[in-house]
Amino acid sequence: MVDALKPPKRKDPLRYTRLPLAPPGARSRAALRFTARAAEGRLMLQQCEACGAFAYPPRDICGGCWSDELRWRDIPPEGKLLAETTLHASTNVYFRERLPWRIGSVKLAAGPVVLAHLHGDVREGDDVRIIARTDKSGQGVLMALPAKETENMSDDKALRALTCDPKFRRVLVTDVRTPLGQAVVRAALTAGASKVFLGVAREWTPFAGREALYALENTEVTPLDVTDGTSVSEAASSIGGKVDILINTAQYARPGTAMARRDVVTARDEMEVNFFGAMRLLQAFGPAMRGRGADGENSAVAWVNLLSVYALSNWPAYGVNAATQAAAHSLSQSARADFAGSGVKVVNVFHGPLDDEEHQPLPPPKVTPMALASGIMTALKEGVEQSFVGDIARDIAERWREDPGLLERELTLTKNLE
Amino acid sequence: MGNRAHRKGYDGVVVTAPVTIPYERYSPKPAHWWIGRALKTLSTRSKLEAKDIDGLSVSSFTLFPDTAVALTQHFGLSPRWLDHIPMGGASGVVALRRAARAVAAGDVEVVACVAGDANHVNSFRNTLTAFSRFSQDASYPYGSGGPNASFALMTRNYMNAYGVTREDFGRICVAQRVNALSFPHALMKKPLSMTDYLGARAVADPVHLFDCVMPCAGAEGFLVMREENARALGLPFARILSTTERHNAFPDDPIQYRGGWALDKDEFWAMAGVSPDAVDLFETYDDYPVIVMMQIEDLGFCGKGEAAEFVRSRALTVDGDFPHNTSGGQLSVGQAGAAGGYLGLVEAVRQLTGEALGAQVENAKIAAVSGFGMINFDRGLCTAAAVLVSGGGDG
Repeated sequence: MVDALKPPKRKDPLRYTRLPLAPPGARSRAALRFTARAAEGRLMLQQCEACGAFAYPPRDICGGCWSDELRWRDIPPEGKLLAETTLHASTNVYFRERLPWRIGSVKLAAGPVVLAHLHGDVREGDDVRIIARTDKSGQGVLMALPAKETENMSDDKALRALTCDPKFRRVLVTDVRTPLGQAVVRAALTAGASKVFLGVAREWTPFAGREALYALENTEVTPLDVTDGTSVSEAASSIGGKVDILINTAQYARPGTAMARRDVVTARDEMEVNFFGAMRLLQAFGPAMRGRGADGENSAVAWVNLLSVYALSNWPAYGVNAATQAAAHSLSQSARADFAGSGVKVVNVFHGPLDDEEHQPLPPPKVTPMALASGIMTALKEGVEQSFVGDIARDIAERWREDPGLLERELTLTKNLE
Repeated sequence: MGNRAHRKGYDGVVVTAPVTIPYERYSPKPAHWWIGRALKTLSTRSKLEAKDIDGLSVSSFTLFPDTAVALTQHFGLSPRWLDHIPMGGASGVVALRRAARAVAAGDVEVVACVAGDANHVNSFRNTLTAFSRFSQDASYPYGSGGPNASFALMTRNYMNAYGVTREDFGRICVAQRVNALSFPHALMKKPLSMTDYLGARAVADPVHLFDCVMPCAGAEGFLVMREENARALGLPFARILSTTERHNAFPDDPIQYRGGWALDKDEFWAMAGVSPDAVDLFETYDDYPVIVMMQIEDLGFCGKGEAAEFVRSRALTVDGDFPHNTSGGQLSVGQAGAAGGYLGLVEAVRQLTGEALGAQVENAKIAAVSGFGMINFDRGLCTAAAVLVSGGGDG
């Protein structure tokens, strides 16, 4: 059994802050595809279309029959740990400061033998469950977990290096005026966050749920208006060095295409929140988080963007809003580059229309704030960088993966919309 | 395709002029210097000049961005036969067999075979970081333990499979240290006891400090030519009875526990015309002792899984009944990059020509040499072996 994680001690501000280091991040193009799927938490290997053999490490030609028809397929996560070793020396500085480090050879049920990081509760000869995740370099790696849940399982140091578990971490929820923001606060506390900063715009005006929210333990009200650069800077100078997970819940959504509106005023409001708001947060909070990617047990670990799934492909009912979401999505991709190598993951949680007043006329299914909040926590605990919450988001994601061009026609040629 | 009886021998071809450029733990000198000095020493020993050396075979990890091609201009050579062999620990035997074929065929008169590597303070790490695509994609990100990690898993698996103990591996390392104490170029100069061996710090369990080689700078070389040329130059020589080479053997073994030797050993000994019993000394590739055991087994000195019993029952020192890695091997001499793949071969030629720099194996007539190289992802891919016979006596 892994020792339970202890609450980190209050940090002496004069102490040296360990610089974020990363495991080796060089990969072939074929291996980058493994990374792309691992970022979604999917365990995939190449399978030869011609002979059916699974290949590992990723390659360009099948080692069995020389076919180049290698397709990435989800594989069952089962395997057996054939041999293990505990490293006491490493040529890489990231691992050097984390020694001893355990790795092992795992025979996958799908066939190949892989090297994998080992959870503290797995032993040589054990059946294991294999996961694929991105490591601190942002690249995909494999890890062997116990086949069944064990006590304190998520506290394992090698696993915690791959996840963004909120346990004992400090979370900033950028906008708690909405039911969504408040649901995220509660979910973060339930997930074990040691503190949640409550970002409140226009703090002097009341909002529904305020009293109950402010009464929660381990929370701290932080004036924060993402549409106001000064407010964002001030919040960052006050708490920026303590934010381990930032969840940007600020959203602004109105229906309509460009031609359904008469001017750009509403679009500007949407951009102010959805795009410039995210950008202001990145500029004010990003650098400090990037510098704290290896700051002990409660290192900075995740930057969470909540994005409409229609950021991937426009839905005319909320056509202009989807365009601002697409802009925010693109910004999140450039933020990946900003955070690369820092150990802070950019986590994009895509969702369908929320069950809130902004989407009041829409029929179900809609995502409840609680469902989305819980989806965010799951993504953080699992350490995935991309997640789709709710039936609509998953449906759109699947269609988008299958054929983005087809999805675009499906969504925009309204005759197809029954 | 199965019948290999048509394989031609290496009649009339000899290997001679074994040279070593003394190893240094760290040196600012580049690979070009080490290889160039080996070439110079080969020339001094053989009295051959650049114009006489019409073949060159090079192995090195640290020549980048150069290859053997650039060295021809750097060294003022105009060879008609040029080879670059990136096979790490198998480089020596492979260089020998290729050069011997070319000399036998008359494509070239004299081939200088040289392996050398630099070892700057950062060389080892740099070599590991970009060793191979599969290693980069699927091995290095897992703790960056390098070959220590790969061999730890192989060693663990081998120990589990055959009931081998650390002490069994220790016998190999301790005996090699005895051999090294009389070898002037060995970097390890202190005796090693079994207690020292067992008490060493863990590097990648079950691999401990004295199971690992010390990376260093150095070079090794030899000449391949026709026998009449060697005689004319007054160079003592050895003949080649047999060679073998195999890559990526047994790819479906989940963890490597045998090498390509096992696939080809019958043909190998048949070509040599002698059995393993006839061998007076055996030079294995010893980056880790587990691979020594695999070579002993897979080349037929004992059955599979019996190497531990073999090393328990035999004395592996120069004066023992199974002289093994008679100069101390890489474990005690040091691993000068690709030159580590030459060390055993160069030592075997010295022993067979009575030119041992350290202790001499008495009446050394027949030597077996084997090589193993290139951990790609999880296992070593290149295997090679040769049987050499002293040029004197019945020659």
